[in-house]
Amino acid sequence: MVWTSPGIINNVKLGLDLKGGFEILYTAEPVDESQVMDKELLREAARSLQFRADARGISEPEIYPEGEDRIRVRIAGVENQEEVRQIMKKPAELTFRSNDGCEDPNEFCKIELNGSDFVEGAATVVFEQTTNEPLVSIKVKDKGKFKDLTKKLYDKGYRTPGNILAIYLDEELISTPYVQGVFSDGNATISGQETFEEAEELAGIINLGALPVKLTEKYTQSVGASLGELSLQQTITAGIIGFIIILIFMLGFYRIPGIIACITLTVYTWMLLLVFYWMNATLTLPGIAAFVLGIGMAVDANIITYERIREEIRSGKSILSSLRAGSRSSLRTIMDANITTILAGLVLYYIGTGSIQGFALTLILSILVSIITNVFFSRLLLHLLIRANIVKKPVYYGVKEADISEL
Amino acid sequence: MNFRDFDFVKNRKRFFSLSITITVLGLLALLIFNLNYGVDFKSGTTLDVLLGEHSTTKEKAEQIIQEAGLEASTITVGGDSNNRVNARFEEVLKEDERIQIISGFEKEYGQEEISYEENTVDAEIAKELGLKAIYAVAIASIGIIIYVSIRFEWRFALTAVVALLHDAFIVISIFSIFQLEVNLPFVAAILTIIGYSINDTIVIFDRIRENLQKFKIKDFDDLSSMVNTSIRQTLTRSINTALTVVFAAFCLFIFGSESIKLFSLAILIGLISGAYSSIFIASQLWLILKSKSLKKKKTEVLNS
Repeated sequence: MVWTSPGIINNVKLGLDLKGGFEILYTAEPVDESQVMDKELLREAARSLQFRADARGISEPEIYPEGEDRIRVRIAGVENQEEVRQIMKKPAELTFRSNDGCEDPNEFCKIELNGSDFVEGAATVVFEQTTNEPLVSIKVKDKGKFKDLTKKLYDKGYRTPGNILAIYLDEELISTPYVQGVFSDGNATISGQETFEEAEELAGIINLGALPVKLTEKYTQSVGASLGELSLQQTITAGIIGFIIILIFMLGFYRIPGIIACITLTVYTWMLLLVFYWMNATLTLPGIAAFVLGIGMAVDANIITYERIREEIRSGKSILSSLRAGSRSSLRTIMDANITTILAGLVLYYIGTGSIQGFALTLILSILVSIITNVFFSRLLLHLLIRANIVKKPVYYGVKEADISEL
Repeated sequence: MNFRDFDFVKNRKRFFSLSITITVLGLLALLIFNLNYGVDFKSGTTLDVLLGEHSTTKEKAEQIIQEAGLEASTITVGGDSNNRVNARFEEVLKEDERIQIISGFEKEYGQEEISYEENTVDAEIAKELGLKAIYAVAIASIGIIIYVSIRFEWRFALTAVVALLHDAFIVISIFSIFQLEVNLPFVAAILTIIGYSINDTIVIFDRIRENLQKFKIKDFDDLSSMVNTSIRQTLTRSINTALTVVFAAFCLFIFGSESIKLFSLAILIGLISGAYSSIFIASQLWLILKSKSLKKKKTEVLNS
C-alpha cells in the first residue's frame, strides 16, 4: 500500500481547476442557412457540446457561450487532446429518410426524422434473446409521429424499397433497416449490426443527435489551472493535516478500536484513490468536496460502531458479546444512513450535468468503498482482535471500569 | 451544567426560534440583496489578446491589467509560445477600460503585433447547472422521503428532509447576509451539506426508532423523555463525528488556498448547521408530529 500510494496519487487525473488543461474557442454558424445565429441557438449548441462531453465521459468540461457566435470549451488534461477534439468536433447531422415520393426507387430523399426527434441519451445496445445479435434500441420523443411514420412505411409492404427507413450521417448512408411493424410506444430496435462495437457506434451517433450549428475551431491552446498550481499543493497539505488530526483523535478517544479505525481509514483513502485511478476519473474541486464528505461518513461509521460497543460494555456484557451486539445494531444504522445518501447521490448523478455529476459519482464511490473498508473490513479486524484474546480490559475500549453497571 | 442533563425537547422552542430567525433574516437578505453571484453566474467580458511573436507570463499580464486600473477574475496564458492572454472580467468592460488595457499591452509589446478579440460571456449555462442542482435536490428529497418512509415511517422522512433543506438554507442565508461570493463550487458545497445532514439525522432517528419499541409510550411526556434519551445516547457519536468533519473542513479553510476558502467556509457552516439541526431541530419536529398521533389514539379510546 505504502509502495503504491505515491504512484497512484501522482497518476490520478486532476481536473481543470486543479491542474489546467486545454481550451478550444469555436466559432458557430447555423447549419441551416435561413437560421440566424442568436443567443438561444448558441446556448443550444453549448448544451449539445456539454451533453456530448458527458456522454463520452470527458470530465467536467467548462463550456461558455460568448458574444454572438463563440463557444469557449475548457477541458482538463492534455494527454488526449487530439481524441477529445475529435469527439467535440461537429458531428455529422443525423437523419432518418424514406424514399416516399422520390423519383428513383433506390434513393431516399424524404427526411422523416432528425437527431432532435430522439430522446437524448436513450439509444442503447441490447441483445436479441435468441440469436444474441446486437440491436440498437431507440426512443423517440413524439410517439404519434413515429407511429404514423412506421405505419406509412410498413403499409408499403415489408422488405420493399419503400419499407426502408434509411439512416444517414450528413450525406453518408449508414444503415438501411426495414420497418417490421407499426411502433406505437415510441420505442424500436434497429437490427443488422455485425458486431457489438458497430451497434455501439450507431447508438452513440443517434445519442449525439444533431447539433444545430456548425462549429469551427478558431484556436486551441493549453491553459493553466484556474485555481493555480500552488493552490493544489496547499489543498493536498490541508487534506493531509486534517486526516492526521482525525487519526490522532480516533486513537485518543477509542484506544484499541481507534487503531483499527486508523488502519481502515487509511485503507479507505488509498482504495478510493485507486478506484479513481482505475476508472480514469478526474478529481476536481467538487470531487474534493465529496471526498471530504466521504471521509466524514467513513469516520462516522467507525464512531457509531465503537460507541455502540462502549454502550454494551457499560451495560455489563462481556467484551465478546458487546462486540457482537454492537456490531449488529450499528450495522443497520450505518447501512440506512449510507443507502439514503447513495440514493440522493444517484438522483444527482442522473439529473445533474458536468460538475454535479462528478460530485455525485465521487460521493457514491466513496460510500461504497467506505462500506467495504469501514464496515466489513473494520469488523473483521475487531473480531480478529477479540479472538486473539489479548485485550480484554474495558479501558482499552475507552470505557472506565466505574461506568460499568452490574448485570 | 452537564450537556448530558440538558433537556433537548423542553428547550425546543428556543432552537426553533433561532433557526426561524436566521431563515427569516436570510429570506430578507435574499429578497433585498440577492446572492452575491461571482464570475460563474454573471455575464462579464472575456478579452483575448494576441501578442504576435512575444511571449508573456500570467504575472506580467496581471500587472498590465492592474496598471489599467482593472482586475480580471481569471487570467490564463496559453498559445504556442505563451503569446495569447485570455482575461475574464466579472463586469462588462466599458470601451475606455478596454482601450486602457490594450494600450498597456501595446506599450509593453509594440503596437503592430497586438490583436485582440472581445466578447460578452453568457452565464446562462452556469445558471442552468445551478437550476438543475435545485431540481435534483427536489427529486432527491422525494426519493429520500420514499426510502425513509419504507424503512422508518413518513414522519421521520418528512422531518429529515425539512432538516436537510434547513441546513442548505442556513448556508445560503449566511452567504446572502454577508454578501459572500457565490460561484459554481458553492453548488457542490451545498450538495455536500445535504449529504452530511441526511446522514447525521438518520443516525439519531434510527435510535429513536429502536427506542420506540423498547419504551412504553402513553403520553407526550413519555415520548419526550424517550426522544431525550435517544439524543443523549447518540450524543457522543454526534459530537465526535461533527468534530472530525469540522476538523477536516476547518483544515481546508485554514491551510487550503485562497481560491477554495469560500468553498470550505460554506461546507464548514453547513456541517455545523447539519450537526445542530439533527440534535436540536429534526427530532423535536418529529416529536411534534408524533404526539399528534398520540392524541388521536386517545380520542379514539374515549369514543369507543
